Amino acid sequence: MLAHYGYKDGSGEYFIIIDTDKCDGCEECVTACPVGVFEVGEDENDPFREEPVAKVSEDHRKKIKYSCAPCKPVSGRKSLPCMNSCDPDAISHSW
Amino acid sequence: MEKEYWRWPESKWTSSDIDWKDGDIISAGVDVGSVSSQAVVLIDGKLYSYSNFRTGSDSPESAQKVMDKAMEETGLSQDKIHYTVGTGYGRVNVPFAKRAITEIACHARGANFMYGPTVKTILDMGGQDCKAIHCDEKGKVTNFLMNDKCAAGTGRGMEVFADLLSVPIEDMGRLSFEVDEEPEPVSSTCVIFAKSEAVGLLRKGWAKEKVLAAYSSAMAHRVVELLERIKVEKDFAITGGIAKNEGVVKRIEAELKIKALEAKHDTQIAGALGGALFAKALIEKERGLR
Ligand code: SF4
Ligand code: SF4
Repeated sequence: MLAHYGYKDGSGEYFIIIDTDKCDGCEECVTACPVGVFEVGEDENDPFREEPVAKVSEDHRKKIKYSCAPCKPVSGRKSLPCMNSCDPDAISHSW
Repeated sequence: MEKEYWRWPESKWTSSDIDWKDGDIISAGVDVGSVSSQAVVLIDGKLYSYSNFRTGSDSPESAQKVMDKAMEETGLSQDKIHYTVGTGYGRVNVPFAKRAITEIACHARGANFMYGPTVKTILDMGGQDCKAIHCDEKGKVTNFLMNDKCAAGTGRGMEVFADLLSVPIEDMGRLSFEVDEEPEPVSSTCVIFAKSEAVGLLRKGWAKEKVLAAYSSAMAHRVVELLERIKVEKDFAITGGIAKNEGVVKRIEAELKIKALEAKHDTQIAGALGGALFAKALIEKERGLR
């Protein structure tokens, strides 16, 4: 499942997308993200999945634009820490 | 008393062909949304009864009320129901539910039942948010996107406009087509800004119908923009309260150039229905049938 967390507003699209079929729940992203955007737990959107999965925490879903500001292209980073940390390539984003 | 234009028709339905006493598995789903709440009862996976009412200020109470309404005059009582799933924003507030499951999962599952296995894209236009979901032929979510940041394209926004224009909410869709020519959409989709824009247009002498047309197309456009990100694959279905507003639905269809499937039941029950289907599957799992 491609889980899109975030939103689109007048200024642009701010989504973090987690491919839950690739995610193995290793929690690398949880430690890699400097602002704690991720958490790993029960898949809320698939009640039959037994294995834990990564998701964007409730607190950050409505403010990704601001939460992820340290990793915006303007701040000079080449690639995102969360994406780099994820071996199975389960994380992508919309900016 | 002043007329309450926003008040949408509540509904209740019971099957005349099924006797719950013959049922082996009785499952229920309760969807407590920000604006409306629904309960659905399934007997061996077949639709037996449902109810759809306005959510009150207290979520657990609203959950109980819709559940009672769905069982009304059937002789069925809570203790006969083997498993209940709660969903919706108030899902953790359904005291008698054994498990809470997100609206995303429940809407996909419910739409799969309501519209059949060909449904690939579901747009749920609820009271306070909008969701775009892709699912497979079994109703399992494969992709989803949610907009709960603003009330544009939602039931709450429609209620505000019904009141502002003194138009009963069920008539809004029809009236929005009673214009000689489709006006430019209002420029803001944010309900608060759109409302003041509408007030300005009325003052300028615009007819209600024209204001409605401008607002409905702005809402439709906004939703189509949201859908762009996950793309619409056929078959396409719209669930939730706004699915009943042809003024918005037809404008969405026109922009997407895709027709939405027709619903056989109240489009607002999709979430609760999905919950009840999950409840059935969970009983089967418990009983070792799966
Ligand atoms: S790093 Fe990747 S695989 Fe590991 S939990 Fe995060 S998203 Fe899942
Ligand atoms: S982009 Fe940066 S701030 Fe945003 S989730 Fe990834 S690591 Fe965290």
